[in-house]
Amino acid sequence: MLSLPVLRWGQPYTSIDVDPVVHFATGEPIANVSRANGGLIQRDMRKASRAREVLREMPIDELITRAGRAGELYMNATLPMGDGTQSPDGFVRAQSATTGLPERMCRANMKKNAFVLAEMRSILTSLTRGLALDILSSGHGEERGVPISFQAQSPVVGLVLPSNSPGVHTLWLPVIPLQIGLVLKPGPQEPWTPYRMAEAFFQAGIPREAISVYPGGGDVGAAVLDSCGRNLIFGGTPTVDRYRGNPRVQAHGPGFSKILVGDDQVDRWEQFLDVMVDSVLLNSGRGCINCSGIWASRHTREIADALARRLAGVRALPPEDPDAALAAFTVPGTADAISRAIDADLQAPGVSDVTARFRDQPRMVKQGNAEYLLPTVVHCESPEAAIAMKEYMFPFVTVVECPEKKMLDAIGPTLVCSAITCDPGFRRGLVDAVHIDRLNLGPVPTTQLNWLQPHEGNLIEFLFRARAFQTANL
Amino acid sequence: MQRVQRRCHEGGRHHALYYAIMQASRPDQSRGIGVATDAPRAALDRQVREVIEWHFDPSTGSPFWLDFAKKAGWDPRREIGGFADLTRFGQFDDEALRGGPVERWIPKGYAGRPVFVFETGGTTGVPKTRVAFEDFRVDYDIFSATLPDEFFPRGANWLMLGPSGPRRLRLSVEHLAQTRGGICFSVDLDPRWVIKLIKRGWSDHLQAYKDHVIDQAVTILQAGHDIRCMFATPKLLESLALRLESMETTIRKAGITGIFSGGTEFTPQWNRFAHEELLDGAYMTPTYGNTLMGLAASAPSGPHNNYKIAYYAPQPRAAIEVVDFGDPDKLVGYGETGRVKLTTLTKEFFMPGFLERDEGEREPACDKFPWDGISGVRPYRGFAATTTVGVY
Repeated sequence: MLSLPVLRWGQPYTSIDVDPVVHFATGEPIANVSRANGGLIQRDMRKASRAREVLREMPIDELITRAGRAGELYMNATLPMGDGTQSPDGFVRAQSATTGLPERMCRANMKKNAFVLAEMRSILTSLTRGLALDILSSGHGEERGVPISFQAQSPVVGLVLPSNSPGVHTLWLPVIPLQIGLVLKPGPQEPWTPYRMAEAFFQAGIPREAISVYPGGGDVGAAVLDSCGRNLIFGGTPTVDRYRGNPRVQAHGPGFSKILVGDDQVDRWEQFLDVMVDSVLLNSGRGCINCSGIWASRHTREIADALARRLAGVRALPPEDPDAALAAFTVPGTADAISRAIDADLQAPGVSDVTARFRDQPRMVKQGNAEYLLPTVVHCESPEAAIAMKEYMFPFVTVVECPEKKMLDAIGPTLVCSAITCDPGFRRGLVDAVHIDRLNLGPVPTTQLNWLQPHEGNLIEFLFRARAFQTANL
Repeated sequence: MQRVQRRCHEGGRHHALYYAIMQASRPDQSRGIGVATDAPRAALDRQVREVIEWHFDPSTGSPFWLDFAKKAGWDPRREIGGFADLTRFGQFDDEALRGGPVERWIPKGYAGRPVFVFETGGTTGVPKTRVAFEDFRVDYDIFSATLPDEFFPRGANWLMLGPSGPRRLRLSVEHLAQTRGGICFSVDLDPRWVIKLIKRGWSDHLQAYKDHVIDQAVTILQAGHDIRCMFATPKLLESLALRLESMETTIRKAGITGIFSGGTEFTPQWNRFAHEELLDGAYMTPTYGNTLMGLAASAPSGPHNNYKIAYYAPQPRAAIEVVDFGDPDKLVGYGETGRVKLTTLTKEFFMPGFLERDEGEREPACDKFPWDGISGVRPYRGFAATTTVGVY
C-alpha cells in the first residue's frame, strides 16, 4: 500500500496522523495519506514568496515548455507516488477505485489535463488577450505605446480541491507557468491528481520549492485559505455563499447549467436531443458544466419522454467496464439521501419522474458496497417547482415548461447556458444576462469547453492586478 | 491474572501524599476499573462511599441529590458500596446543570461558605454551571505536583493564555501560579464570541480577534514581568509562536520554559509539530479536562513514544472510563475505542457517569498513574459534525 506524505515546498513530511483512502466498493485500503495540520501550513506560508522567486528565475516561455513536458510525463510516465511509483494505468485504477468514477472517464480527464498543459501557450495568450507574457514576470512594460503594469496579488495560489471530478484540475494548471506557486489541498478521495501532477512538474524541471501539497480535513482547507493571498475552492452552495465577495477566494460550486430552447426552434427539438443527452450524461453528470435543466415553452413532455427513454438504458456497470457511464457514490448514505430528496420534491403538484416509467428498477441501486443513482429526468409544469432549481452529482435533469419571455428572469444563476435560438431579441437578452457565466448560442453541449476562454472568471484577472505605472529618468 | 503494566517515563516530582497510596499496588488490567483488588480501586471505592454519604445525608447533601433520592425511591447510602454500583444512577444528564437556582447544587454541609460558580462553554441559551468552593484549588495542587520544577520553576510568573470570564480554568491557573509562588498574568478572551465568529463564517473577524488576543500576550511577555510558565490552548500557543517567529524570536527566547496545554486539538501530530517547530526547546505537557471533572494529567510524551498522549484522571476525585458506544456500562478493552465517561467524586460536586462529547482509546495504567487512562482523545463521532472547536 502506498504512503503519501505531506509535501512542504516539495519536501516530503510524514505525519503521525494518516487517513486511509479506500476502494469505494470493497473498502480495501489503497493508500495512507499523511494529514497536515493548520499551524504547519501557516508556518510554511512564511516562505511562500520563495515559490515565486524560484519560478521567476525561469522565463515564462521556459516554464510553458516545461509544463508541456509535464503533461507528457503525466500522461505516459511511471512517476513517483509517495513511497512508491505509479504508472498511468495504475493512476487510472487508483483514481477510479477511490472516487467511483469509471476508468474510461478517468482516462478522459487525464487527456483533458494533458491537453491544457500541451496547449499552455495558446491558453495563456488567450487569457491575457495577447499580452507579452514577460510583462507578468517583470511587472511592467509597454503595449501599443502605453505603459502597462500587472502586479501578482500573491506569490502562491491555494487550492482546496474536490474529489468528484478530476477535470477541474485543468483550472489550476496554468498557475505554475505564470510563475506563481501552488498550495494544493487534495480532495479526500482524490489525492492522485495533485500528487501525480506535482511529480510530473518536478520531473519536468519545475523547482520543488514551488509546490506544496497538504492533505487533511476542514482545518487544513481553512488554513490554506487563511494563508494564501489568492485561493480557489470547490464546494457546494454554502461554500460559494460563504466566500461570495471575498476578493481572495474564487469559489467554484454547483453550476446549475442549462439548455434553453427558444420558441423559434422548439418545434424541431428532436434534432437537439443528442446535445441534451451529452450535456446531462457526460462525466456521469458530476460536473458543474453538466446540464441540470432544460427549459422550453412547449413540447417539454415529449422532450422529457425522449430523454428518459435514452437515459433509461444507462446501467450501473463495474468501473473497469469500457461502457460504464455512471460513477458510484463513495460516501455511504449519500445516494439514498439524494434519492429521498428527489422523492420529496416529486410530491409537489405538476412534477413527475419521467424516467420511472422507463426503468425496471428503482432509482438507487446497490452493487456490493457501491451505491449508484440511475439517470433521472423530471418534468416540471412550471418553473415554480422547487426541483427546477436543483442539481445533483449524477445524471439528473429537470425539463421545465416556461414561457420564453419569462425564462431569463426564472432560470437563476447559470454557469453554462446553451441557448438554442436564432431570435435576435432573445439572443440579445441572453448576451446581456449577468447571471449567465458561459454562454453558448446554438446547439452546443454545456459540457463542451473551449479551453482558450475563461471559466468562472479569468484566472489572469484573479491573480494579477492591472495598475498604473510611470517612470521618470533619474 | 496477567498484569499488563505500561512504563511511563517520570517527568517530575510526585505529590507525596496523593500518590503514596496509589503506588502501593497495581490494578488488574484484565478487568479494569471494575476490580476491587488493588489500592487505587480501594481508594476509589472509599471515595465513592464517602461522597455518597455526604451528598445524600439530609444534613450535608445538596438539594439536587436529596431530591433525586426522594424521587428515585432508593437510598444511595445503603445501596452504593463502591464505584461499580454507580451505574445505578444511570447516565448523568448535564442538562440538569442548566439554569437556577444554582443553590440546589450547594451541599448543606457547605452552607455559608463563599461559593464560586463556573460555567461550561456554550454559545446560546442558559449555560451549564458548576458550583465550587475549593475543588479547583485542590485539583490544581495535585496537578502542580506533576509539573517538573526544572521547566516550571517555583516562584516563576505565569501567563494564562486562555479563556477569561466565568471559567474555572482562569482561576485555576492563577491558583496554580500562586501555589507555586508566582503571579499569574492573563488576557481578555471570550470563547463564546470565538464560536459565534466561526459559526457565522466571519473569518476576518475571527482572525482580528485572534490577533487581539495574541497582541495582549505579546505585550505582557515584553513588559518585563519575567514570565517563564504558561497555560495556552493549542491554537493560541500556535498563534503566539508564529507571531513571535515573525518578530524573529521564539517562545523560548521570550522567556517561556514550561507550558501546559489541553483540548481535543492536542493530537500527537500537533504535539510533534509544536515540539519540532514551535517551542524552541520549551517543555510542554498536555492536559485533558473540563469544568465538570477537573484536570487529567498526561504521562510524559515525546519522540520516545511517537508523541502519543495518554491522560489519567485525578483518581479518586474523578475517574475516566472508556465505554462501549452502545453500552455505556461496559468498558472497552485496552487499546479499543470508546466514548469518554466521566465521574466526579468530591464533596463539592457529585457527577456519576457523565458521557462526555469525546471518544478515545482505553489505556492501561503506568508507573506514574496506576489506573486506567485514555489516549487519542477527539470529538465523539456522534457529535463531531456538529461540534465547533473554538479557541481550544
